[in-house]
Amino acid sequence: MSSVSQTFMKLFRGSSGPDAVPAQGSQKLTRRSSGLGELTRSWESAEDLCVLDLGSTSPANIRHFTEHGHRIYSEDLLTASTDPDLLTKDEQGNVILDSRKFLADNLVYPAAHFDFVLCWNLPDYLDESLVKPVVGRLWSVLKPGGMLLAFFHTRDAGPDSPCHRFHIVGADILEMQKIVMRREARRGPTGAVHTAISDGFQLQRVFNNRHIENLFRDFASIKFFLARDNVREVLVVR
Amino acid sequence: MSTPASGLAQIGKSVVIKGELSGSEDLYLDGQVEGSIALKGNSLTVGPNGQVKASVDAKAIVVQGKLEGNIQASDRVDLRKSATVTGDITAQRISIEEGAFLKGKVDIHRTDAK
Repeated sequence: MSSVSQTFMKLFRGSSGPDAVPAQGSQKLTRRSSGLGELTRSWESAEDLCVLDLGSTSPANIRHFTEHGHRIYSEDLLTASTDPDLLTKDEQGNVILDSRKFLADNLVYPAAHFDFVLCWNLPDYLDESLVKPVVGRLWSVLKPGGMLLAFFHTRDAGPDSPCHRFHIVGADILEMQKIVMRREARRGPTGAVHTAISDGFQLQRVFNNRHIENLFRDFASIKFFLARDNVREVLVVR
Repeated sequence: MSTPASGLAQIGKSVVIKGELSGSEDLYLDGQVEGSIALKGNSLTVGPNGQVKASVDAKAIVVQGKLEGNIQASDRVDLRKSATVTGDITAQRISIEEGAFLKGKVDIHRTDAK
């Protein structure tokens, strides 16, 4: 079982060794986001919005929305996906994550509940077996006309692109913070207690435009914004 | 990490309570509680060792430990950096330190300034 656990953690942490040790500092970079700018124009005049933030808990984002009288839901799906209880095997015996169990414990909301979903870079770092089921669930919890913002790395970003969390600090300005170490004791499938390290999530794949369009094919419209930092911002409307 | 003020009602880290917990004074809770907590008009502090599985209703709530359940505060909620909260929060004001974990809704109910 230990080798399975090691494989599992490797999915998220990448190669082990000194480079895998996370920086403890919380260095923050700012970037302009055209997608966020467009979302801001949509929610500026609205009242009592319901927003789902799928990144790490961000005090800045919670403040941003609650200050304007909106409701915000925070759910860190990437961290939730590191739960060892999700480990299962497919018909070929490959280790995958159980998407049914994942969706039974996460993203449990009424249909058509949210006006906006901030997906950030989740699809790039989420395990393959969870990406489509999660996008399907997001479609159902978004209101018709609701919008979802997601970021995808372009091929140029390379496989070692660090996983960031995003804080809204302006109408179209985001502060990016490399995810810092967070250790949590969890009980594994054998009953043994493991230390889950939700740090250093590895880029799982690079989606091209066609993949992205396929991923969001059930949505009504999709808009791409190519940013300078090898990130493709995608704004989809249900 | 804040420590409880002397004279404050305390539940130590070895104490386990299952059921309804209510009172009319401020409480520092560093043990385990499962059920519900009602301290209307008073404050609750869940210490760093505190593990709460309960709905909580108080004037002010500070969380340093683990809390699973909905939080209703007539004044403010304060999630410190070591806090892990799973549940919906309704309050007039909220403060969340960098590093705190929240899975749930934040709903701010403001009373209009006079």
